[in-house]
Amino acid sequence: MSAFVQYTLQGLAAGGFYALSALGLAVIFGVLGVVNFSHGACYMLGAVIAAVLLAEVGIHFWVALLVVPVIMFGVGVLIERLLVRWLLQLDPLYNFLLTFGLALVLVEAVKRRYGVSGLPYEVPAGLSGQITVAGVGLPAYQVFACLFSVAICLLSWLLLAKTRVGMIVRASTEAPERTRALGINVGLWVTPVFGFGIALAGLAGVLAAPFRAITAEMGSNFVIVLFAVVVIGGLGSILGAVVAGFLVGLVEAYGVAYAPAYAQIAIFVLMAIVILVRPSGLFGREETA
Amino acid sequence: MRSRTITAPLAIAAAASLALAACGGGAGGGPQSGGDSKLSDGKVVIGLLNDQSGVYKDLSGPNSAVAIQLAIDDYKAKYGDKAVAKDIEIIQADHQNKADVANSKAQEMYDRQKADIILDVPNSAAGLAVATQAKAKKRLYINVGAGTTALTGDQCNKYTFHWAYDTAMLANGTAGTITKAGGKRWNIVYPDYAFGQDMNKSFTKVIKANGGTVGESIPTPFPNDNFATFITKAGQGNPDVIGTMNAGGDLINFVKQFNQSSVKGKVQLAVGLMFITDIHSLGADQFAGTQFTEPWYWNFDDTNRKWADRFKEKTNTRPSFAHAANYSAALNYLKAIQEAGTDDADAVVSKLEGKKIDDVFLRNGEVRAADHNVTHDVYLAEVKSPDQVTEEWDLEKIVKTIPAAEAYGDANPACKMG
Repeated sequence: MSAFVQYTLQGLAAGGFYALSALGLAVIFGVLGVVNFSHGACYMLGAVIAAVLLAEVGIHFWVALLVVPVIMFGVGVLIERLLVRWLLQLDPLYNFLLTFGLALVLVEAVKRRYGVSGLPYEVPAGLSGQITVAGVGLPAYQVFACLFSVAICLLSWLLLAKTRVGMIVRASTEAPERTRALGINVGLWVTPVFGFGIALAGLAGVLAAPFRAITAEMGSNFVIVLFAVVVIGGLGSILGAVVAGFLVGLVEAYGVAYAPAYAQIAIFVLMAIVILVRPSGLFGREETA
Repeated sequence: MRSRTITAPLAIAAAASLALAACGGGAGGGPQSGGDSKLSDGKVVIGLLNDQSGVYKDLSGPNSAVAIQLAIDDYKAKYGDKAVAKDIEIIQADHQNKADVANSKAQEMYDRQKADIILDVPNSAAGLAVATQAKAKKRLYINVGAGTTALTGDQCNKYTFHWAYDTAMLANGTAGTITKAGGKRWNIVYPDYAFGQDMNKSFTKVIKANGGTVGESIPTPFPNDNFATFITKAGQGNPDVIGTMNAGGDLINFVKQFNQSSVKGKVQLAVGLMFITDIHSLGADQFAGTQFTEPWYWNFDDTNRKWADRFKEKTNTRPSFAHAANYSAALNYLKAIQEAGTDDADAVVSKLEGKKIDDVFLRNGEVRAADHNVTHDVYLAEVKSPDQVTEEWDLEKIVKTIPAAEAYGDANPACKMG
């Protein structure tokens, strides 16, 4: 029984991290309708920047949690202004291909500059031990990562759902013509939203640095799991991303515990079932399906 | 229009190759340079085929050419005017860890670039592809970087040698030594593809042969990020040892998460395959105390250190075992040419077979005639804790020397030289 509790807690801890990692994908899709395939590469970039800042400038983890998202916001703004913007009017497939290509470029660029063997990163002081929850020892860092992720998800939801800025952003994307008629510059809001999504990817990367291998390829496979999270939760839904994140974390943990070789397949079986029963995902709006 | 765009470069290429052929004829074909007539094409060409841009770049890559050049220098210094091979050339190519690229590059090296030998070739699939070419072209091939036992097993051939390590040796070294030292009860975590499955089998066999037991062998997806639950599962039943067969980025994921888990400290961690470049990239603190089998370590003794200093002068870094093994393979190949008096492949093979060698890389070395596996003493190494590290690459402590016979066992019965 205690093993079951442990698997459950581990699943939840992983789930929180999945939720934050997938959040940027959900926001960018929900607001811009862009399937951002470079999300994994931006996640990787966040981790690599954190590692480089630590090694070369001595900026440690807590500061990186603030600085890296700001840098990545800038990267996101550049990507949107220089590339994504020009294809927004076309079939979504064009931006899908563009961001896919961009991911390849970013991965190869990091390989060229920082090599292939990976970069070192330490667990921040005070979080290297264990925390005992319900009689089960869990890595303190992973518990922190989970709680931090949920907090960021909550803040993002409040920002988009409850503030005036969020209202304008949602109106700009759901009914751009009518919003324009009300005298709001719709185009102005697209760029910061994209930047925000990329900043979230970078933030997830910083959070990953202490417990994941920091290599150029670290996002290449991870992004697939994140797509599963977003699809299960409903494309564009923040609440969906959070719930699906936890669901995927749990399915994965139970899969590993009781049928290890099928753990990763289990996630995609879950995805297939959700799509069959609710094509727009658990919390998706019908029109986005 | 289409045909013109294709024929223009073709014509240029044809003209260029004609011009090259003419030049070549002028230099080599004119006055036969007496002593060198025993060499094919008047010179010895050493082909280095490895990963020059991917995961094994740091382990071997372009710096192996530097190691081979050191071997050429040493050979020339030793034999001077009496050297059979006076003109020795190194050519190199990147196989990108793809078997089909390795195959076509090997073909190109043997046929067009007149390579007399191909060296290194990490990555098992690529390594086996080149063995097929060596057999077909009847030219030498000494593999250093690949781990598969098939090179000296069912895919062995007369022209292929395996110089540094293989998965069976790693199992004998790590599993054998730790089990004998009292780590009797193991759980194994392995990536679920050919390499991981092989490693799991060889480790399990060796653990059982030494009186140990394997409680659980847990397959993981490959690649994989999240090992938390795998580690919990591997820690169940309080084993003495958890053996991980994950490699590269997955190994780093595993070790980082193992270090943060509640299993750490209760169980010994053994790593199936680890290179000094892995430790260097992650930092000694993450791996401190981890035991693994090392074919060679630069800071083991004076002989190794002297060679490592020479290597550092040229590359500004310390050599991995693969660099030293490429040096050893190239040097012994040249010595075999010297003994044979020719670079004819069959003559060189007969000089290499059964040869006992002691050099920088090989201690108690023997080129085993039966399966062409080069057996030698290997080492059980332990990663130093950060306070013991005195210089950048000083990352390992040799716990014990594992004698060649123990590490390699008997010749592989699956090998039929024919």
